[in-house]
Amino acid sequence: MYRTTPFYERTSVLNKTGLWAHWSGYLSAAQYQLSEKFEYFAVRNSAGVYDTSPLYKYSIRGRDAEKFLSGVLARDIRKCRPGRAQYTIWCDDDGFVIEDGVINRLSATEFMLSAAEPNLAYFQGLVGYEEVEIEDVSDSIASFAFQGPLSRRILSAISPDVDKLGYFHLTETKIGGSPVTVSRTGYTGDLGYEIWSPADEALGVWDAVFEASEGYGVVPFGETALLMTRIEAGLLLIGADFRPSRFAWTDADKSTPLELGFGWMFRSIETESRPFIGREAIRNELSNGSRWRLIGLVLDWQSWDDVYGRAGHVPPKDHTPLAEETMLYKDEEQVGFATSWMYSPMVQRHIAIAQVRPELAALGTEVSFEVTIDHHLDYVKARVTRMPFYDPPHKTA
Amino acid sequence: MPSQRTYDAIVVGAGHNGLINGAYLAKSGLNTLILERRHLVGGAAITEELHPGFQFTTFSYALSHIRPEIIHELDLVEHGFMPLLMESLLAPMENGDYLLLGQDEQRNITEIRRHSKHDADAYQQFTHDVAMVVRAIKPLLDSIPPNIVSKEPEELVRMAALAQHMRDLPPRVIHNAVRLLMGSAADFLDDYFESEILKASIASSGIIGSKVGPRSQGSGLVLLFMAVGEHDGDQGAWAFHKGGNGGFTQVLATAARAFGAEIAVESPVDTVTTDNGRATGVVLADGTEIEAGIVVSSLDPRRTFLELVDPRELPSDLVESINRMKFQGTSAKVNFALDGLPTFPALADRGPEPYRGFINLGPTIDYLERAFDDAKYGWFSKRPYLDSCIQSTIDPDMAPPGKHVMSNFVQYTPFELKGSDWDTERENLGDTVQAVIEGFFPGFGDLVLHREVVTPLDIERTLGLTEGNIYAGEFLAPQMYFFRPAPGWNQYRTPIAGYYQCGSGTHPGGCVMGGPGRLAASQIIGDLEAAE
Repeated sequence: MYRTTPFYERTSVLNKTGLWAHWSGYLSAAQYQLSEKFEYFAVRNSAGVYDTSPLYKYSIRGRDAEKFLSGVLARDIRKCRPGRAQYTIWCDDDGFVIEDGVINRLSATEFMLSAAEPNLAYFQGLVGYEEVEIEDVSDSIASFAFQGPLSRRILSAISPDVDKLGYFHLTETKIGGSPVTVSRTGYTGDLGYEIWSPADEALGVWDAVFEASEGYGVVPFGETALLMTRIEAGLLLIGADFRPSRFAWTDADKSTPLELGFGWMFRSIETESRPFIGREAIRNELSNGSRWRLIGLVLDWQSWDDVYGRAGHVPPKDHTPLAEETMLYKDEEQVGFATSWMYSPMVQRHIAIAQVRPELAALGTEVSFEVTIDHHLDYVKARVTRMPFYDPPHKTA
Repeated sequence: MPSQRTYDAIVVGAGHNGLINGAYLAKSGLNTLILERRHLVGGAAITEELHPGFQFTTFSYALSHIRPEIIHELDLVEHGFMPLLMESLLAPMENGDYLLLGQDEQRNITEIRRHSKHDADAYQQFTHDVAMVVRAIKPLLDSIPPNIVSKEPEELVRMAALAQHMRDLPPRVIHNAVRLLMGSAADFLDDYFESEILKASIASSGIIGSKVGPRSQGSGLVLLFMAVGEHDGDQGAWAFHKGGNGGFTQVLATAARAFGAEIAVESPVDTVTTDNGRATGVVLADGTEIEAGIVVSSLDPRRTFLELVDPRELPSDLVESINRMKFQGTSAKVNFALDGLPTFPALADRGPEPYRGFINLGPTIDYLERAFDDAKYGWFSKRPYLDSCIQSTIDPDMAPPGKHVMSNFVQYTPFELKGSDWDTERENLGDTVQAVIEGFFPGFGDLVLHREVVTPLDIERTLGLTEGNIYAGEFLAPQMYFFRPAPGWNQYRTPIAGYYQCGSGTHPGGCVMGGPGRLAASQIIGDLEAAE
């Protein structure tokens, strides 16, 4: 039987559709209400709640925890002070990405890493003789994201510490009488927070947030709405935009951090001596070049309408994200692939997260995006653009 | 006040079409001034805080028709364009039951089957048939119509292209188009459906803003017009712009300014000045003269031809056509600030979800037709049809937390009342509307914090729309396409060189569509290029 999260007592009542996805062995609402697009707009215009409890959570603590993590994680954890969070990745020796996650630094010696896939054996295998304890706390910590432009106003009414909380900062506070960690993080590209609490006190925290939300149009949102927001935010999804290198069959099926747009994590790699897994391979790639470069694509609206209009169709504008590879061409040669795409209600265009040959990654470069209409292929013009596609000032303000 | 005395182009009126026209003209490089009589831009598409903390869409209240080209060509997304989906249609019935349609097609079918098993796939067929007609006529909405009284080769080419377009359509599509354009909504719907609530909730689209009943010939045309809009490619779907349609026109104003247009409010235009058959500028009500070789009126055809210029400068057959044009405003708005969410008893446990779209208070064709009967004889409906929205359920910023705003579009409310006038009857209309809502939502009256009644007379007084007609000229076949606003003058030009029209009284017509503003700009820019 599929497991349920600590919030299931609430989410099962709120989910009016009976649509559930499976996420890490848990039931995860695909959509709570008849219109997943309404849930999406709640995140963009008021606030929404997403149950993230199925995330794997690892408590990493001990005298050598920082040293351990600075060698395991590709991004320099030493620059993440206590009370801050960091988006990070970890790589293999060949410089391919194993996974990404967010790490909360609770104190000088205590961290909590959240990730989509299990990694305990991998991390524990790297501890050696260092004084580090890694514990899988996935079951004992419940979490949900509270995302949207009204989230600060609502949350700070019950937890005043939140009001001044900076982007990727975290605070230990109380909600509904329970101890919680609130981090200003999320997967929607909007103003928002994630709230981490003891699993056995989860419902009280959830109820307190919903009570404070009364009258603000706040709704729980499901996976479909989440995936819409994450594509607009240009945030990558494991299994869709890249695969964990540990389980790939071929190098072609793996991605490097530079190919995935994480070059900014390594700006001081040549001036710092920090050893970490994958360092040499990444340095080599920095000097010798990459196979691909992550880009954002915006499809030309006129070209889209023309291609479908010629075929006699009403041009579809489907906001449901597609996590299928779509081929990109330049002068009839395949030059890249899109990994996630959708029609964006905020951008009012089709948008795609894609990878192309590095020489085609300059902003404004035009490529052809392959579509299938009535059993034949056709091509829509698309242009390389900056990500995030949607980046409201309130996200970081 | 305008900053200069001379511009390349002046647009009279900062409603959505004036703003769109001005934005396109400015984008083409013309030094453009948009003049607005009132203290705020938007025309009928405004949002006002008429009760502290409550934002009212005083007049126009939803968005569907805006041409997608305009969104892209004017970079509206960069300026804050944010259409929030109106996800459902709730049609309460007099027996306490309801029809609730939404985004989930399969669920819609089960909901329709609750009322009629026959109508389930009939609804799919109807939706597809209408969509096929809409697809066929859309190109006509996005292009300048042919001038049928012209013998110019260019116009003959346009007519030929139209004929070619028609010839390529499947017979079923042509026939359905004619049935809609010429016939009644009720007849068209009778061919598909047996369920009264389903028919009524669709037929109500056929009477919006028009002095026709669902059984009148001509209601099919209005029904079709209401179906040509879209939300994100979803044909016939509606949105509520962030902050209401006033939020939308603020986006347009920002875009127009970004292209370099200047907007001056509280600057009423008295007349358009001409010299030897050419427009030379405008004179404001305070006597200020402003020069421009291009003057564009976004006002309705009566004001464009009979008020801003001297009709004696115009051909008499044009003046006659404009005098004959039917306006006959027949709609009102009653807007409420509410202390809480009204509840339809059968949906009491569903929270706000069923109300996040339109609420159709007009449960049978007979109900709608009887409402029309009253109007035919010069009085407002005893039981009016209401197209209602509780907009704060879609955009919570419209009202304080837990409170709500409700917009009610009301029919029928004829501009001319027999034996009385709207200043006398305004609150009686408000009471009548409130009683209808109370009938479906018991306890509604206890929630009312503030009520705003907008009669056709108020629409005319405040906005200048003749007889309070929301389309700036009714949607009647003799007033569309070739004939909007008059035969031979359907291409945004006027007999006065340099004087153009870009309001909803021109093709393709009203609603917050912007087609007139955009197509007029393309005509003006084309004329300027041809003159060079």
